[in-house]
Amino acid sequence: MTREFDVSLITENIAEMCIEANHFLSEDMKEALYAAAEREDSPVGREILSQLKENLKIAGEDMIPICQDTGMAVLFMEIGQDVHLTGGDLEEAVNAGVKKGYTEGYLRKSVVSDPLIRENTGDNTPAVIHVRIVPGDKIKLTLAPKGFGSENMSRVFMLKPAQGVEGVKDAVLTAVKDAGPNACPPVVVGVGIGGDFEKAAILAKQALTREAGKNSELPHIAALEKELLDMVNETDIGPGGLGGNTTAFAVNINTYATHIAGLPVAVNICCHVNRHVTRII
Amino acid sequence: MEYRIDLPLTKEYAEKLRIGDKVIFTGTIFTARDAAHKRMDESLDKDGTLPFDIKGNIIYYMGPSPARPGRVIGSAGPTTASRMDKYTPRLLDLGMAGMIGKGKRTPEVLDAVVRNKAVYFAAIGGAGALLSKCIKSSEVIAYDDLGTEAVRKLYVEDFPCIVVADTAGGNLYDR
Repeated sequence: MTREFDVSLITENIAEMCIEANHFLSEDMKEALYAAAEREDSPVGREILSQLKENLKIAGEDMIPICQDTGMAVLFMEIGQDVHLTGGDLEEAVNAGVKKGYTEGYLRKSVVSDPLIRENTGDNTPAVIHVRIVPGDKIKLTLAPKGFGSENMSRVFMLKPAQGVEGVKDAVLTAVKDAGPNACPPVVVGVGIGGDFEKAAILAKQALTREAGKNSELPHIAALEKELLDMVNETDIGPGGLGGNTTAFAVNINTYATHIAGLPVAVNICCHVNRHVTRII
Repeated sequence: MEYRIDLPLTKEYAEKLRIGDKVIFTGTIFTARDAAHKRMDESLDKDGTLPFDIKGNIIYYMGPSPARPGRVIGSAGPTTASRMDKYTPRLLDLGMAGMIGKGKRTPEVLDAVVRNKAVYFAAIGGAGALLSKCIKSSEVIAYDDLGTEAVRKLYVEDFPCIVVADTAGGNLYDR
């Protein structure tokens, strides 16, 4: 059976999700922030975490975006292969939703149309869209508006297989240390291991949308996530980069098969405003 | 130490401040980020002018989200300062008293801070809703076409910052 969807449904959902993501953090991120505020050792770090809690409260109550950088809209879309989309172009429908959300939600327009000419598009379009066709008759939308303070500190490393897991750890720590205070710590570290050059980067970005504190289902990867989180939190970068034991809330790793000659590792860093909203329609 | 400072920030006062000090500003500051810095630099090349008097003033690296009706401003936290490093020594040499942003600076900027008895302050990254409450007025004074990147004159009350680079060459991020 084919299920028909009018693309205007996508537009409406995306618009609402843009506004929701920029004013309210998901429960897992909120819990991570509150838990960190309890166990942070540094007085300055504790003060910053308490101000971030206050910031989050004001954002939701007064409808002021959590951060002024309301991001570039990144969308992961899983479309069931039994879905038939009608009423227009899917990509245009997504961008119409971004435009509506960013305009009606008083969100910042942070996108320039050409990376060198740099004229603001005025409505935060276009989005960065990743589509996967999957079995079923539903559409799953995960919207993650991404700020660029932390995006700018992200890296791709093309390691050699011989560098192995130690090479992966070095890569993650290098990226986190180089980011230092610039990425607005505490951060969430999304890591993609495997695939090829661009697959690793997409895996890393998608890892950021996983619940903070929920480890990989693969035992060796879950162990690596825990070990890396401890290592990152021993760097003493701390909240605001001013020292402390809360440098990251989580290290989330996604993996994929790779080539016999390669070990790609992407590290996508996100600030504490790690926004992601998922809807299934 | 903690200081409450009524702006403008004098050189004498700046010399007292040390890394790690908390300061709470009240007074006028100006916003500029990437595109505004580029334009100001081009304007200095062309005829030596700037859209406001840089001498003795502080630039806040910030591009706000739009204000909802009836409000002064939207979310208004600091952006990463290092993207302005290319332009900053020139502005400091023209008498800029300081900058508010977040993150590391180049040695060239830190040298210019010392040379000019200026200060680099950090505000809390990602606390734009909280910081917006300290902004009591906001007026676009130049480059309106740049949208969020336009130059704004802000009046702030009890705006909290931390000294991260001081007149003695200290750098709080160097630990």
